[in-house]
This record gives sequence, C-alpha cells and structure tokens, in this order.
Amino acid sequence: MDSAVILAAESPLAPNLWELLVTVAGFAVLMYIVIKFVMPAFEKTFAERTEAIEGGIAKAEAAQAEANAAREEYKQQLVDARTEANRIREEARAEGAQILAELKEKAVTEANRISAQAEAQIEADRQAAVVALRAEVGTLATELASRIVGESLADDARSARVVDRFLADLEEQSATQSAGAAK
Amino acid sequence: MIALALPAQTTTEEGFVPPTIEEAHPPNILPWNTEYGVWFAPGFGKQMLLVILSVILIGAFFYVASRRGQLVPGKLQFVGEAAYGFVRNSIGKDIIGGREYLKYVPWLFTAFFFILVNNIFGAIPLLQIPSFSHPGSAYAIAAIFYLLWIAVGVKKHGLRYFKLAVVPSGVPWYIMPLVVPIEIISNFLVRPVTHSLRLFATMLAGHLIVMLAGSAIEFMTLSGNVLLQGTGLLVLGGAVAMYMLEALIMVLQAYVFTLLAAIYIEGALHADAH
Repeated sequence: MDSAVILAAESPLAPNLWELLVTVAGFAVLMYIVIKFVMPAFEKTFAERTEAIEGGIAKAEAAQAEANAAREEYKQQLVDARTEANRIREEARAEGAQILAELKEKAVTEANRISAQAEAQIEADRQAAVVALRAEVGTLATELASRIVGESLADDARSARVVDRFLADLEEQSATQSAGAAK
Repeated sequence: MIALALPAQTTTEEGFVPPTIEEAHPPNILPWNTEYGVWFAPGFGKQMLLVILSVILIGAFFYVASRRGQLVPGKLQFVGEAAYGFVRNSIGKDIIGGREYLKYVPWLFTAFFFILVNNIFGAIPLLQIPSFSHPGSAYAIAAIFYLLWIAVGVKKHGLRYFKLAVVPSGVPWYIMPLVVPIEIISNFLVRPVTHSLRLFATMLAGHLIVMLAGSAIEFMTLSGNVLLQGTGLLVLGGAVAMYMLEALIMVLQAYVFTLLAAIYIEGALHADAH
C-alpha cells in the first residue's frame, strides 16, 4: 500500500491526488472543446437566427415603407392631375370668355363699321340724288316753263292738264329713279 | 479498512458485514494494477476512467450537436441548443447578467455537464459510481471555481477586491472587528469547502445508501430465513425509491454547484455593489 491508499483509508475526506489531477485535466480538456468548438458554433447559430428574424422584420418594414411611399406618390400624382385638370378647365373657360368678348367686340365694330358705311352710302346717295334732283328740277322747270310757254296757254283747263301730266311724269320718273338707286 | 459512519462493524452471529467506504472505490481495471492503481499512476481506477469517458461523451455530443449550426435545428442540434441555452440563459444570464456574462458561460457550461454526466454515471448499471463521490474530484472542481472567482474579482477591482469582499458597506465601524473576520472566514475559507463537500457528500451518501441496500438485500436473500427474505423485499422497494431520489439529487447537485459558481462569480464582479 502506498501513501495515497493509506490516506484514502484514513479518512473519507482525504483526496486521491491522481483523481484530483484527472478531474482537473478532464475539466480543462472539456473546457477547451467548449471554448474552441461548441460555444462559438452555438453563439454563431443564435446570432444568425436573431439576424434572420430581425432581418425578416426589417425587410418587411422596408417593403411596407416602400408601399406607403408609392401610395403617397400616387396620391400626390392624383392631386396634381386634378389640379392640372382644374387649371386647364379654368384656362379654357377664361380663354373662351376672352374669345367670346373679342368676337363680340369685333362684331360690334363690324356692325358699326357696316352701319357707318351704309349711312355714308345713304348720305352719298342722298347727296347724289339731291344734286341730280336739283339739276333735273332745273331742267324740268325749264322744260315745263318752255312747254307752258310753247302751249301758248290757251285755256286754264289745258294748262291744268299739262301740269298734271308733268307731275305724273315727275312721279314716274322719281319712282324709276328710286328703283334704280335701290338696285 | 475502516468503515465510514455505518453501523459498527460487528461480528454477530448473523454475520452481516456492512460495506465499507473502500468498496465504494471500484476495482482496478488494468491487469498490472497494484492493489489500488497502476505502477505509474497509483489509484488509476474506474472512477478516473469514468471522468475521462465523461469528457469524451460530453465533448463528442456537443461537438456534433453544434457543428451544423442550422437556423432551423434538427433534433440533435435542438437538444444541444436547449442544453446550452439552459446554462447560458438560466444560469449565466440570469445570475451574472450584464454584458460580461458570456465570458463565464463556458466555465458554467463545462462545469454543469461535467458534473451532471459524472453524477449520472452513478445511476447507470455497471458504471454505477458517481465520480464526485470521490473527494479528489470534488475538491478539484471546487478549487477551479475558487481560483476563478478570486481571479475575476482581482482582475475587476485590483487588490482592493479583498477589502471589498470582506468589508461590507454600511456597517458601523465598531461592528467591523466582528464582521470582517466572519466575512473572511465565510467567503474565503468556508465557501470552497462547502462548495466541494456539498457535491461530494451527497454523491457519496447516495452511493453508500444504494450500496448498503444492495448488500443488505443480498445478505437477507441468502440467509435462508423466510422473515429476513420478506424484509429483503421491503428493502428492495426502499432501495428503488432511494435510487430514484439519488437520481434526482444527481441532477440537482449539478445545478446547485453551477448556480453557486455563477453566484460567486457575480459576487466577485460586483463586489463594490454588495
């Protein structure tokens, strides 16, 4: 029996030196395996899993944000399009009103121009008529006077007939003349 | 050969010889063993072989379980992760906490499964001995953690750690002469002793009880006395119950040892807050 055995036999609390060493060595080897292989592998897996879950959430959030942005943009475009349409409509209305006003003005101007022209024409015709009439009246008066003188004024009846006939001629002539002017 | 505190070894006419603590030491394995060990390693017996076996089993299991590292774990990886996660989170994170707990997880993880598997060896037929029922192993593993938490404290607080550890804050000066020696004794002397003896004693006691029951059953059955044989049946029932209890204690003690180790490390880390 060596000393270790005697010691072990003496007290149940006395350690066997070799058991002590084997335990420490075993613990050290196990510790090495754990630090070198087991723990990094597990921690890596945990981290990857966390990342996968959090990455998934982040991705979903990004997609959500993108969808929101697209919707906002669409809404904005819709609003823009409405504004644009309103603006165009307003413009068209304003333009239409302007065109209408212009046309009206033009029409009024044209009407004025036409009526002024007509008035001038009428005035000119009247002047011409007056001139022509004056000349004719002179001629007629002269003719009438010569006829009257030429007929020798035999009686009043004849002279009255002459005057009537003259006036009738005159009327006829004036009617013909006005018809010609109206032409 | 001296019996432990078992019924005194008597030579009565019944002739029942209770098993001694020596019988708790398993037989030699190698043929060239000296009486209790080999020539180059006296005392190299079954217990040491089991310690080595446990290292191989634990190392191989967790190496294989952790190697694949898939996001969706298979059965083996799931078991490995659950076991690792238990020590990491339930002991390391909950007790030590903070950001530094991860540094001590390998110590706690190794200790827990080292002790657990070596204890459970005691409940497996043929192996049938908890390695930590031998005081040498229990002293060794407790000493490792004793040195670890002192080193942690010194590294964190410098030599001031010893003052922080034994001088509690908020105690009136006139009580100090009483408190400081108590703290020194309780923290630096008693703590490693209880840490190791708790494990060793529970394992040895459980082992002895089952062994004693076994030898009693054998004696009673072979006695030829019908009454004794009947009693033997009762003892058998009791032995099975004790075996179950011992199996529970094997798991519990592994947990308790690791939990205390974590508490000691936490205490050393946060010595200034205590």
